[in-house]
Amino acid sequence: MRTLTFAAAFAGAFALAASAQTPQLRVLTYDSFVSDWGPGPAVEAAFEAGCGCDLVFETAGDGAALLARLLLEGTRSEADVVLGLDTSLTHAATATGLFAPHGRAPELALPVVWDDPLFLPYDWGWFAFVHDTTRLPEPPRSFEELIASDLSVVIQDPRSSTPGLGLLMWVRAAYGERAGEIWRGLAPRILTVTPGWSEAYGLFLEGEADMVLSYTTSPAYHLIAEGDATKAAAEFTEGHYLQVEVAGILAASDQPALAARFMDFMVSADFQSVIPTTNWMYPAVTLDGGLPEGFETLIQPATSLLFPPDQAAALRDVALAEWRDALAR
Amino acid sequence: MPWRVEPRGVTLAAALVAAVLVALNLGALGAVLWRAEGGGGWHAADWAALRFTLLQAALSALASVALAVPVARALARRRFIGRRLLIVLMGAPFILPVLVAVAGMLAVFGRNGLLNEGLAALGLPRLGIYGLQGVVLAHVFLNLPLAVRLLLQGWARISAEHQRLAAALGFGARARWRHIEAPMLAQVVPGALAVVFLICLTSFAVALTLGGGPAATTLELAIWQAFRFDFDLGRAALLAAVQAALGLAALLALAFVTRIEVAQTGLDRVAPPPAGGLARGLDALAILGAAVFLLVPLGMVLARGLPHLAGLPVPVWLAAGRSILVATLSVGLLAAMAAALTLAALRHRWPEALGMAALTASPLVIGTGLFALVNPWVAPVHLALPITALVNAAMALPFALRALIPAARRAEADYARLSASLGLSAWAHGRLVLWPRLRRPAGLALGLGAALSMGDLGVIVFFAQTGAETLPMQMHALMGAFRSDDAAGAAVLLMALALGAFVGLERLIGGRDAET
Amino acid sequence: MLRLDGVQIDLGGFVLTADLGVPQGALVAVIGPSGAGKSTLLGALAGFVPLKAGQILWQRQRIDTLAPARRPLSLLFQDNNLLPHLSLFDNVALGLDPNLRLTTEQRARIMRALAETGLDGLESRKPAQLSGGQIGRAGLARVLLRARPLILLDEPFAALGPALKAQMLDLVGRIVRQTGATLLMVTHDPADARRLCDLTLVVAEGRAAPPEPTAALLDAPPPGLAAYLG
Repeated sequence: MRTLTFAAAFAGAFALAASAQTPQLRVLTYDSFVSDWGPGPAVEAAFEAGCGCDLVFETAGDGAALLARLLLEGTRSEADVVLGLDTSLTHAATATGLFAPHGRAPELALPVVWDDPLFLPYDWGWFAFVHDTTRLPEPPRSFEELIASDLSVVIQDPRSSTPGLGLLMWVRAAYGERAGEIWRGLAPRILTVTPGWSEAYGLFLEGEADMVLSYTTSPAYHLIAEGDATKAAAEFTEGHYLQVEVAGILAASDQPALAARFMDFMVSADFQSVIPTTNWMYPAVTLDGGLPEGFETLIQPATSLLFPPDQAAALRDVALAEWRDALAR
Repeated sequence: MPWRVEPRGVTLAAALVAAVLVALNLGALGAVLWRAEGGGGWHAADWAALRFTLLQAALSALASVALAVPVARALARRRFIGRRLLIVLMGAPFILPVLVAVAGMLAVFGRNGLLNEGLAALGLPRLGIYGLQGVVLAHVFLNLPLAVRLLLQGWARISAEHQRLAAALGFGARARWRHIEAPMLAQVVPGALAVVFLICLTSFAVALTLGGGPAATTLELAIWQAFRFDFDLGRAALLAAVQAALGLAALLALAFVTRIEVAQTGLDRVAPPPAGGLARGLDALAILGAAVFLLVPLGMVLARGLPHLAGLPVPVWLAAGRSILVATLSVGLLAAMAAALTLAALRHRWPEALGMAALTASPLVIGTGLFALVNPWVAPVHLALPITALVNAAMALPFALRALIPAARRAEADYARLSASLGLSAWAHGRLVLWPRLRRPAGLALGLGAALSMGDLGVIVFFAQTGAETLPMQMHALMGAFRSDDAAGAAVLLMALALGAFVGLERLIGGRDAET
Repeated sequence: MLRLDGVQIDLGGFVLTADLGVPQGALVAVIGPSGAGKSTLLGALAGFVPLKAGQILWQRQRIDTLAPARRPLSLLFQDNNLLPHLSLFDNVALGLDPNLRLTTEQRARIMRALAETGLDGLESRKPAQLSGGQIGRAGLARVLLRARPLILLDEPFAALGPALKAQMLDLVGRIVRQTGATLLMVTHDPADARRLCDLTLVVAEGRAAPPEPTAALLDAPPPGLAAYLG
């Protein structure tokens, strides 16, 4: 018994010494990134293989929760890198003054020009309504066709979910001042509004609704992981709003060199090649081997819509009020 | 004259528990305010949120308790094979994680659910669940079991002499209702209404998912919006304060309407005499109806997930282990806190009020506030599991105290003098007098605490880092990774663990014949 | 005449047998050690405890098949004879109409019963505002009002002081004689039996013995009863 205690104490002390020598890089991200079925485990293994460090993920719900967490922690945050904000949030994130420039200009493969000095993209996707082709062979081809149909759709609440907010921006970008009218037209088509993406997608998979707000890349999961080719995204003639997911270095980081190294790693093939089949989004750089088989079946919207961060921030409250007024009746 | 069980030690322990509870509630709210930089302000839309919150909570409480009356009455006066099993199973929805419960509801009442498939097969129009009716339906599903249990306790309190008196004097259904049941319900119903109202007050996921849109915005969602959309902590604190005030107002109203319970000693517990054929039929209908309403959705969850249970990936099993750990820790804390407050309640009135008040706080505010409190001192991630266990214990405490304090007061009233006159030590008094009379309510309380902790997806999301996921988090992660089959399997695992913990602890602590 | 023919009652562990008759108009004390089954015997007569075997007859009619309220008897328990939320008047009135829809004539009868039991002026009080003696009287007022030919008392005055108890027993005696009823009263106190009852029925060792004259029985008790009486 005594020897056991002694051995345990010894092992503990040893582990402490070992961890004191290995520098730690803490990355704050949303929880589905680090889940056992997300990119997290592969990313951690690949980075730790070369950095001589310990990569630790902290999690906080989704993108908006990351920002809320940062505002709460301020400069006391132990995190070095924040990964998982999107362009609806970068304006507010910039305003916190907590981020340092990344100082990089990698060759990116985005449908838009990228020149943000603080935030570097790691993946992107188009928002889209996903449906089951066996139940809905002829999906609507625009918001107006959706309004005219008798279909039911599930969307996410913009106040608690980034796709939900993305849809607000999408309608605004496509219809400008007519956004309120479009929302009033959509209201009868909306079966319900869920707090997050997973609840909405779950309702769709259980057959509750004809369509769900998701990404053009979502059908790739069903095709590649499940061999199920029945899910598809409907291409809308108005164009599709983009979500660009980004990461940034915190100015208060005590591991700036490691953080910078992580940013380089993030836009390298080791990280990027994991993205398509774990985060089910498009990689931010062109992959040498191309996209995984199955991605070629996805729709490629002709028009990409995206507000610059400051404009998106300015529109948020107006767009939310429009949405609320139209749907609250 | 209450028996003095180490007054100083008990008072000290109870004061400590009180301090922890106040820190959890007010402290969390204060911490949010402390981190707020200006902001605040009451929006026009908040009035709508306030109205909807009150409306749905009031309707849910009324519907749950109104439906619980015939069910509890039928269960109280009928004896049939499988009655105990049915009571245990019917309690399951209350301890289920909300996500699982909603899935079960939709499998029955959803657009492609059993009900609508049936209606469609008969050529009838489909019924929509989304809207206020869906929110209330789901809240009734979740809270009917609790309401039935609370009312069953009321029926068990009717003294055997009064049951016999009613039979001897030839009371019909009317007279029995008027002289025996209605007066008992007048004492029990306000408490049941208040508890269900308080639980529904902080509803968020159910209200939003089934509410059908922003018209179903509750205060909890408005708080969420203030945190996550407006990044306005001052406003979040204001909304949270309003929500807590509503809860406290409900508690105060409860204190005014419920009279102090008259201790009644009965001869023995006899099944009330059976009424006529019509009553028998109505009782059967109530029991059958409740069983179908509560058990079919659970059966659907089971049928959906069982085929995927064995194939669940390893991380899910690991998370299940962590959930068991959290629940164990939480039950330990709950036992300590409940014991201190119950003993203190023998001589004071405040522990009850304090325990109930723990129901009024917003889980979101508690999570955020604790994070802000802990953050300057320790990295919050290191405290994920203990803090989750503590908050879970605090949330189960009101239910524990409701079960324990009346039983303890009755035991004290009946036997304290005997113990004093026999010169029993405080320890012997506790072991020989209090414990035998408290073990059944204690079994129920701790079983409930374990189950609620097992299914909780509350504050832990604020603290977790990789490798600390609990089973509900892992289930959510599976849903977030498109894996609805595995998520359904995880839901079955979660349901089994929660129900197993409940039944196991109730039997282990409450003794073999623990019931009601 | 009350007859118990080959009655067997399951007492969980042993069986109580009773094969006896009680003459009409008799006042009978039921006496015996604790746990012997005195209360259970009364419960069986009143219809709360099922019979394992045998029959109960009143005036040659079987009554053990009737619901409690249909049996020709009134029963008073040790406690909880009154409902706490009803007034004294209503509690007594339950004996006439459980739904409390009373005619003027019925109200007058209730007031008379209250007066005869010394409760006039207290009719609007709740049980919590009455003394132990008043609560006992209220129970008796209801028994008087119901005027059933059999009265069963299960130690209703055990908690009262000696003087008060004596008063109650006298009141019981008056009521019984006034209504011509037959009385069975469980008691622990031989003095109660001597004061009120001409016959005594011993319940001991799994058997309810036929009633015997009280004085003779208590003066020369059989061995089992002697040990109990001390």
